[in-house]
Amino acid sequence: MNKIRQKDFGTPKKETEKLITLTIDGVEVTVPEGSSVMRAAAEVERPIPKLCATDTLEPFGSCRLCLVEIEGMKGTPASCTTPVRDGMVVHTETARLEKLRRGVMELYISDHPLDCLTCSANGDCELQDMAGTVGLRDVRYGMEGENHFAPDVRDPVDNSTPYFQFDPSKCIACSRCIRACEETQGTFALTMEGRGFESKISAGTLSDDFFSSECVSCGACVAACPTATLEETAIVKHGVPNRVVETTCAYCGVGCSFQAELKGNEVIRMTPSKQGGANEGHSCVKGRFAFGYATHKDRITTPMIRNAITDPWRPVSWDEAIQFAADKFSAIKARHGATAIGGITSSRCTNEEVFAVQKMVRGAFGSNNVDTCARVCHSPTGYGLKTTFGTSAGTQTFKSVEKADTILLIGANPTDAHPVFASRMKRRLREGAQIVVVDPRRIDLVRSPHVEAAQHIPLQPGTNVAVMNAFAHVIVTEGLADDTFIAERCEDKDFERWKAFIAEERNSPEALAETIGVDAETIRAAARAYGSAPNGAIYYGLGVTEHSQGSTMVMAMANLAMLTGNIGREGVGVNPLRGQNNVQGSCDMGSFPHELSGYRHISDDGARQLFESDWGVALNDEPGLRIPNMFSAAIDGSFLGLFVQGEDIAQSDPNTQHVTEALSSLECLVVQDLFLNETAAFAHVFLPGTSFLEKDGTFTNAERRINRVRPVLPEANGLSEWETVARLARAMGYEMGWETAADIMDEIARLTPTFKGVSFERLDRDGSLQWPVNDAAPDGTPIMHVGGFVRGKGRFMITEYVPTEERANRRYPLILTTGRILSQYNVGAQTRRTENSRWHDEDTLEIHPHDAETRGIRTGTRVSVQSRMGATTLTALVTDRVPQGVIYTTFHHPESGANVITTDYSDWATNCPEYKVTAVEVRPANEPSRWQEDHERRREDNYVVGLPAAE
Amino acid sequence: MTGSTAEGHGDMVKAICQRHGNDPASLIEIFHDIQAELGFIPEPALTDIAQAINRSRAEVHGVMSFYHDFRRQPGGTVTVKLCRAEACQSMGALELIEKVCARHGVTLGGTSAGGVTIEPVYCLGNCALSPAALVNDRLVGRVTPDRLDKAITEAAS
Repeated sequence: MNKIRQKDFGTPKKETEKLITLTIDGVEVTVPEGSSVMRAAAEVERPIPKLCATDTLEPFGSCRLCLVEIEGMKGTPASCTTPVRDGMVVHTETARLEKLRRGVMELYISDHPLDCLTCSANGDCELQDMAGTVGLRDVRYGMEGENHFAPDVRDPVDNSTPYFQFDPSKCIACSRCIRACEETQGTFALTMEGRGFESKISAGTLSDDFFSSECVSCGACVAACPTATLEETAIVKHGVPNRVVETTCAYCGVGCSFQAELKGNEVIRMTPSKQGGANEGHSCVKGRFAFGYATHKDRITTPMIRNAITDPWRPVSWDEAIQFAADKFSAIKARHGATAIGGITSSRCTNEEVFAVQKMVRGAFGSNNVDTCARVCHSPTGYGLKTTFGTSAGTQTFKSVEKADTILLIGANPTDAHPVFASRMKRRLREGAQIVVVDPRRIDLVRSPHVEAAQHIPLQPGTNVAVMNAFAHVIVTEGLADDTFIAERCEDKDFERWKAFIAEERNSPEALAETIGVDAETIRAAARAYGSAPNGAIYYGLGVTEHSQGSTMVMAMANLAMLTGNIGREGVGVNPLRGQNNVQGSCDMGSFPHELSGYRHISDDGARQLFESDWGVALNDEPGLRIPNMFSAAIDGSFLGLFVQGEDIAQSDPNTQHVTEALSSLECLVVQDLFLNETAAFAHVFLPGTSFLEKDGTFTNAERRINRVRPVLPEANGLSEWETVARLARAMGYEMGWETAADIMDEIARLTPTFKGVSFERLDRDGSLQWPVNDAAPDGTPIMHVGGFVRGKGRFMITEYVPTEERANRRYPLILTTGRILSQYNVGAQTRRTENSRWHDEDTLEIHPHDAETRGIRTGTRVSVQSRMGATTLTALVTDRVPQGVIYTTFHHPESGANVITTDYSDWATNCPEYKVTAVEVRPANEPSRWQEDHERRREDNYVVGLPAAE
Repeated sequence: MTGSTAEGHGDMVKAICQRHGNDPASLIEIFHDIQAELGFIPEPALTDIAQAINRSRAEVHGVMSFYHDFRRQPGGTVTVKLCRAEACQSMGALELIEKVCARHGVTLGGTSAGGVTIEPVYCLGNCALSPAALVNDRLVGRVTPDRLDKAITEAAS
């Protein structure tokens, strides 16, 4: 058997307490009730031959290869569709079965090309394996009959999609691909066309190929295919990989586990791990296929420095670059004090790398001026959940959604931004759960094949809190509250105060309908759907947090969950869908200016002293600067040195003109990244970073799951990121004292109570752990707040709706909101450097037909989008997905400059920018905006790299 | 990717789906109604149906392609279905099919220059009067080439 292939039990695992004992080939086996005979046999290493069965899909019973004999049963039942019974006696290998199986295989092979030696699946083909297993020696029917593979009859190979090919001549019509698309992915892009001998797999209709069909290129069908019919292009090109490294995806906050499959030092394929707690064998187009950026020609692997940002870059040695940066930072510190320098950590880096940067800032720089890019995405989650529940974390494990009855989805678009979790959600919806979507836009989870939201609240952007208050009002006034839960688990005074507030008429759906832009009855129905569900689960994204009332909204959702008792068990909870793979981790690691790791305030003497004695430095007890404060301080001249780790703030932070002004004011900007990004245009030192394939460390996903990231390839730049940081700290006179990444995790565990039981050794042994991992929960905590809140009692907070200052008026009559698309990721630094751009090569502006018509805009028209802050030019797409008055774009391409138009407004508590609401006007325009012209010029300059100085 | 609306037929297709409550379980009836209206089911209609009943285009195509009765292209003005099941074969259906096809200058499944489509069918439930044929909606028994010609002429007029 192939070493690369993960063990396949044939049919899915059943989760039930009741156990059944039976005998298979004389071996006694006990399995959960409902398991198939096939699965039970696999448990005791009696694998039964199979083709159409695989343990990621429900049994289908079509291939007839898995026949067995069962004492007392007539005939030879298929073991995949036969459930186990107590006392059953099964025989998997008899003379009769051998003859039957060989006969079945003979029929298959009579219509299959005998080109195994030159076939792309050679060495990784289940059909080939089964022919060997059943002892096929001869095909009595010959190969001359009617078939699907002869040169004159075979259908052409479909190469339309970049990452895999479809060769119908190799197909055995087992339907595994169709079922994977339906059951695993939930897209239903494939079908069996025709019938009988004419049956064939079809993506979409007759006029479609894979690329034009509804296929989302998740690769589930390719993984399910037992032959070479659906095969990765890389395997066709390079052959079957021969070594495996288990690691974790570096894209979204789902944090899928993968096995990276290599030949030598070339990654051939990424296969999702069935053991991965987050993804259980599934993946999306980004994680499975879009890893080519790691070896892209744009990647910079040599350190570079320059004295002024107008100079060309000068490639230098690591020592010289690090000394150059250290000298500059030290000089600024000497002249202006420690508060004049700081650092920004990245949610794309490992916990260890993030911890290293914040330790460098606090230990070597001597300030608390460290912030993380979560500032601009999920900082309100931290504030809101900590205030109400006691800790900044999603309450559930992803699997919990399998028990939800009503899913309340707010400001998130999981099918594009968190696709693997979306597939779990869609599966639950097909099982009968209902979904309520609160989103201005008609996302796929409102309506798409097999999904129909019970209610859609297409709210006016910026009115989230009004919607939540209206929901809570309905639940309180219609008697849907869980009084027992509230009495037992929540602070009663806070609740009474809140209850009086929420019951006021001004919080009723009728009073708020006009503000929200949705009729009161729809709001009431949606509130009842959540309020009356046995298990109601809230999932949310940046559509919640990136508002002036982001923190208020997080607390409003927490209120709603407490009000209905939807906390502390499976199927419920309040769950942030984290945008980046390590948002949770970077927040946990103490990279906020006011917090040490594990969310302990810097003014907390006990916590601070623990760090001071461990690190051997005195720490400032005052919080440092947040990112927006750093920018303001840079502009007014009091902040002069910045270290930016793997984050493109010039592209991703709001009000680009303001950001670039701040960056140009710095005396020393150090950028650590894979590519010369937008921010690097303003940098003096470029320290090449490592891709996730080269990192040794951990990522923590949205369900607090700490997953190992293992080095798959050697570092292309020759130095790990944490080591670069440690050397920079050393050059500034501070020794971090680590030999390996594992040492950093040991230090984190030593200093952070919630990480107490975490170590690389433990993770390597047990797979993954969900924090808190401590004496009370040595194996981690999949569900939080069971039996009691982290803060003791849950706290209801008053959530007054306050409209944002950013309002539409006659000059700026439309509201712009932003989001993501499936194929691209964030600012696109990675995905734009892969074939994923074939799906989305530019950001388009979605506009409602009425708004388009009055402005003379059609799909394809170039339009200028002008806000109070700036303007940019995009291509329009006229669609009723967006409501009238709201326009929408993605922000994956730097030249789109979506943040040129976003404003300085931000969340009142955390300064998380109000990305999701910008008042704009749109008009047809042929020319790029002035910003875009400047940007193009700067881009050319940024890439100028001088020759190394002759020595 | 999404396909375009059937040229000029989009509203009709949507109305038919609406009449069936946009119910996925009524997909076959929806196909029948569209074919009754147009004589065939144009490819773009599959997109409209899929949207209306909230199923994927692939699923709609999968169901339609299973049934030979649903046409992708317009047929002739007269459709003749000749039975070639056992009873009719024993009464000379195969020779009859050969003769009829020759007379109209088509192969089985094709449409003649005169607008006659000839298709095979397996049992019309008229075995007592084999060989049997269906000319548009009219069942004809004890078919001979001449009787069939007469029925075709009548159906065409």
